[in-house]
Amino acid sequence: MAIYGTALLSLCLIAGLIAGKLIGLAIGIDANVGGVGIAMLLLILISGRLQISGFMAKPTQNGVLFWSSIYIPIVVAMAASQNVRAALSGGTAAIIAGVVVVIASFAMVPLISRIGQSNDHLKSTLESASTGDDA
Amino acid sequence: MNELWQAIESVLTKYSLVTAFAVVGTIVWISYGISAKVTRHRMHGSAIAILVGLLLACIGGVVTDGEKGIADIECLAGIGLMGGAMLRDFAIVATAFGVRLDEFLKTGLSGVVSLLAGVLMSFLIGAIIAYGFGYRDAVSMTTIGGGAATYIVGPVTGTALGATSEVIALSVAAGLVKSMLVMTLTPFVAKWIGLDNPRSALIFGGLMGTTSGVAGGLAATDERLVPYGAMTATFYTGLGCLLGPSVIFIVIRAIVGT
Repeated sequence: MAIYGTALLSLCLIAGLIAGKLIGLAIGIDANVGGVGIAMLLLILISGRLQISGFMAKPTQNGVLFWSSIYIPIVVAMAASQNVRAALSGGTAAIIAGVVVVIASFAMVPLISRIGQSNDHLKSTLESASTGDDA
Repeated sequence: MNELWQAIESVLTKYSLVTAFAVVGTIVWISYGISAKVTRHRMHGSAIAILVGLLLACIGGVVTDGEKGIADIECLAGIGLMGGAMLRDFAIVATAFGVRLDEFLKTGLSGVVSLLAGVLMSFLIGAIIAYGFGYRDAVSMTTIGGGAATYIVGPVTGTALGATSEVIALSVAAGLVKSMLVMTLTPFVAKWIGLDNPRSALIFGGLMGTTSGVAGGLAATDERLVPYGAMTATFYTGLGCLLGPSVIFIVIRAIVGT
């Protein structure tokens, strides 16, 4: 049933967020440290195990895949509810700081990509993989 | 006429999340139409949709004088719920479904390097620009540097260090500008910076850090890259909040003296 997949997703997110909160607490900052990232790792691990042992029926998978396919509309809604006006009226210093840091960060991507091994293998796995709808 | 609108509005407001699905669905539909007909697929539909979203947010901010973009209009409040942290994180985690663990582990080292490089570089650039604009005390420089990291790191750092509210507001604005730019520019620079595989997406997420920017930018570039970038980006804010008010502040104070 679809709800099994959605419930699995919910449990992973909640467990991840609680773990992230506890890590924040342990190092003394009031923020969620990597909660979503931990939840993603949990989902990858648990759903992988369940798939191998045959517990991920198609309807169960659909309960997860729906949310992954609704992702872009959610990002659009997120963009529509940002405080854009404040960003634009925040003053020259804020705009320049934002622009410079983004350009510098873009430029760093190829530099750091060169650290470590070649990425040919990963490129091929991406080409064969697919998530959600193909938009 | 006015009564008619009031009747409609009461329904839209009461079922605000459903209204949001309808409105956002329409925006996406129109955007994909523009992508196909006007730009002949040269600009991705989701990139146009995100731009339309940002434009609506700007209009909403001007009309209502609020902070939540178009979601400050009462009958569109559901867009705030739909695009809020709860559903956003839920959908981000769902994108990891079907990703293989070894792909993440292989990029482990470069992921960590990109996180550290991203956080430190943002603080450095933000602090230098703050200095250039006359904010020459270590507290203000660190806070604005935090804003150049993300709009959460800035206020968290500023609050911890006791920065003025003007400086904190400035740091939030810097973070917002960064998030908007990453959302809109990523599809255009993707080719130049080699953003076409999981490994560079992971590094991209670690360097940029702004979860909303990375999520939106990668979604508009190649949806399959989203889980990789989002994965590292979620650690960025935590790392920034950890390093900003501690190590980075101490280093900046040692350099500028006050």
